[in-house]
Amino acid sequence: MAGSQKRSVDPASQAMIDCACEAGVDIAWDRLAAQEPQCGFGALGICCRNCAMGPCRIDPFGEGADKGVCGATADTIVARNLLRSLLGGAAAHSDHGREIVHALALAAEGKSEAYRVKSPAKLRKLAAEYGIEHEGRTDGEVAKDLAHFLLGEFGKQEGELLDVQRAPEQQRKNWQVVGAVPRGVDREIVTGMHMTNVGVDNDPEHLIMGAVRASLADGWGGSMIATDVSDVLFGSPRWVRSRANLGVLKDDEVNVIVHGHEPTLSDVIVAASQDPGLLAEAKAKGANGINLAGICCTANEILMRHGIPIAGNYLQQELAILTGAVEVMLVDVQCVWPSLAELQKCFHTKVISTSSKAKFPGATHIEFHEDEAMETARKILRIAIDNFANRDRSKVRIPSEQEGLIAGFTTENVFEMLGGRYRPSYRPLNDGIQTGRLRGVAGVVGCNNPKFTHDEYHLAMVKELIRNDVLVVQTGCSAIACGKAGLLAPEAAEKYAGKGLQEICRAVGIPPVLHVGSCVDNSRILTACAEMVKEGGIGDSFDKLPVAGAAPEWMSEKAISIGMYVVASGIYTVVNPALCVKGSRVVEELLTKSFEKLFGATWAFEEDPVRGARLMIDHIDRKRRDLGLPGPMYEVPYAPRAEKAAVAVAG
Amino acid sequence: MKRIVADPAKCMACRACGIACALAHAEGEDLVEAILEGARPRVYVEAAGKLAVPLQCRHCEDAPCVRVCPSGALSRAGEDEPVLVDQDRCIGCAFCVQACPFGVIRLAGRGKAMSADRQVAGLKAVIKCDLCASLRAEGREPACVTACPVGALSFEEVEASAKRTRARAAAAAACEGKR
Repeated sequence: MAGSQKRSVDPASQAMIDCACEAGVDIAWDRLAAQEPQCGFGALGICCRNCAMGPCRIDPFGEGADKGVCGATADTIVARNLLRSLLGGAAAHSDHGREIVHALALAAEGKSEAYRVKSPAKLRKLAAEYGIEHEGRTDGEVAKDLAHFLLGEFGKQEGELLDVQRAPEQQRKNWQVVGAVPRGVDREIVTGMHMTNVGVDNDPEHLIMGAVRASLADGWGGSMIATDVSDVLFGSPRWVRSRANLGVLKDDEVNVIVHGHEPTLSDVIVAASQDPGLLAEAKAKGANGINLAGICCTANEILMRHGIPIAGNYLQQELAILTGAVEVMLVDVQCVWPSLAELQKCFHTKVISTSSKAKFPGATHIEFHEDEAMETARKILRIAIDNFANRDRSKVRIPSEQEGLIAGFTTENVFEMLGGRYRPSYRPLNDGIQTGRLRGVAGVVGCNNPKFTHDEYHLAMVKELIRNDVLVVQTGCSAIACGKAGLLAPEAAEKYAGKGLQEICRAVGIPPVLHVGSCVDNSRILTACAEMVKEGGIGDSFDKLPVAGAAPEWMSEKAISIGMYVVASGIYTVVNPALCVKGSRVVEELLTKSFEKLFGATWAFEEDPVRGARLMIDHIDRKRRDLGLPGPMYEVPYAPRAEKAAVAVAG
Repeated sequence: MKRIVADPAKCMACRACGIACALAHAEGEDLVEAILEGARPRVYVEAAGKLAVPLQCRHCEDAPCVRVCPSGALSRAGEDEPVLVDQDRCIGCAFCVQACPFGVIRLAGRGKAMSADRQVAGLKAVIKCDLCASLRAEGREPACVTACPVGALSFEEVEASAKRTRARAAAAAACEGKR
């Protein structure tokens, strides 16, 4: 059908979008069309609903109201709104982190059979770092102290978060100067909410520094803790082969999709799905097995640790149900649409919500608690097995597309990947950059957004980067986009990478694009940069490294928090769409210009992904020159993207 | 002639009509660029007690603005045609602004309809609703009508809206009679 190609570049998704059209079912793109035109005041960030004297709006044409009832200008309103939405994102990441630490506490106290320490090495490494006694003590004893220490980091009121110590001195100095050193994970979110309350902080620059501090409490706090403790509890990832796209769903098996973010449940589901008793039950119902697949970041968590295949990314959540072959879609928190509960009515699919924080009218709610994780997982899988018989064969449309990929890269295992098990080191990476064989490293992360052709912006940007010998690291739905397009496979180096990157990939045996995990695992990118700094030779602080970041299809408040902590950590970051700050020249200039003086990096807003990639490459080249490094070993001519493809989807 | 008909009972005062109007009369499609280049809405949302009333040129039959214009900048191409401004002929005297019974004409900076040399000179000219001449040429409705998220604006013959009003009045009268 016309339109599906404008909506997605992924053939599996196009096929399912056509199915939705034929069935007359509304999906995200249709709902976007119904929302258009979207509110200009919202897009500019100049409406304020923070008190009941409002809602207030500033006239963007400069003729009507230039202040809210309280006297707040566009600058104040834009800064306040940005801070509030960033806090939503920081809260989501950090609350996720807290849940993982809570599960570690239960495991340590023997209160949950489902969890145990799977990576004693990381447990002890963290204990040593935080000064927790670990020699001669059992894993359980150390884990208990570690969990209580980390829970304390969430509730800490004074001092500074301990993970901030992992950042280079220059970054910590920058944060100190602007008063943005985070004191506690929760505290910065509460303080930020206070600042945005009516009649509190009205200084746009000061509000943005509050946003920086809260984002650092996420990146160098909540998210980093989430990553570390997930590794301790569910195992440090190793390189693992798997597959991605809707084609991983199976015609003859019970298909269970996990969708959401926290691995506390999905990891237990993985174990339960291999239970011989349940497999026998599935056989008895006529299914050849239980096929687990994931969507969004909970998918990335179990991909990284167990190689569980990925059904799709953010914009494929409805498309998965539309295959008619999903017995249960199990959801927890973040990025899960309420529309799923409505859509399930068209099929036999059961959407099961599990979080005490997230209920969906119309869905089955089976609340998950860590202390009875295994029973809950079994119960849910049984519902799926029983539901297999209800699958209407005439409605089943499983696209054939799926691609092979390699995932499971982490800050720690990249040492071994690069240097080998006996001399683990970042040296080969830094060497590669110093010689110019590798131009630099870019993190391309973030969501999908139906305003832009699904996956196209991720793929165009990543292809342009690797073509120019920039090694790409990825998380989240961006990584899934590239996985589906074959960019996470080693063969992608021969096909898409520049000559220098090809040589590195061949020598080390890695794909040109490395999947480092879920969205909280963006913290791995920070710690990996810290290792690059420590290894030396390419800059003694983040802002000197030839690196850059991007989120070319972002939509979640979490992306605002990620972007802010990455930029404030000294890494230049290109995003699309622009933040909702264009209603204030002051705030826009602060973020895109003045940040350079404060943090050594800025935000950049660029819709065209190839131009975005070019901005990143130019930045990397500038950093190389500042370091006195040679130019790239193999120069590649810049290929501007076809104009046609740059047109945003209108629905 | 079709006109823009507003239903104040439906209007939520979101001013989406104003944003769409300014954009429809700007060069590009980007709101920020449009604002910087001086695009301004030609539809006004005014408060009337608790109601919000979207107002724009009524394209009067005997249009006071056309009458008072000394330079012939305001005119209509024929019967049943909207009243249009030739910005190059406008001398910026603002007589029409004073004469308009609805206050929906105003002086504004350079617009895309103004010739380049006048734009460079920074001369102002009057702007008003043109019923989105360029959109209508493509068979589309005026931008404000399309943009309204609650259907408070419609583009129709006034007789059609009067018919609706009569039906409403009749229903109300019938209700009253039953009591």
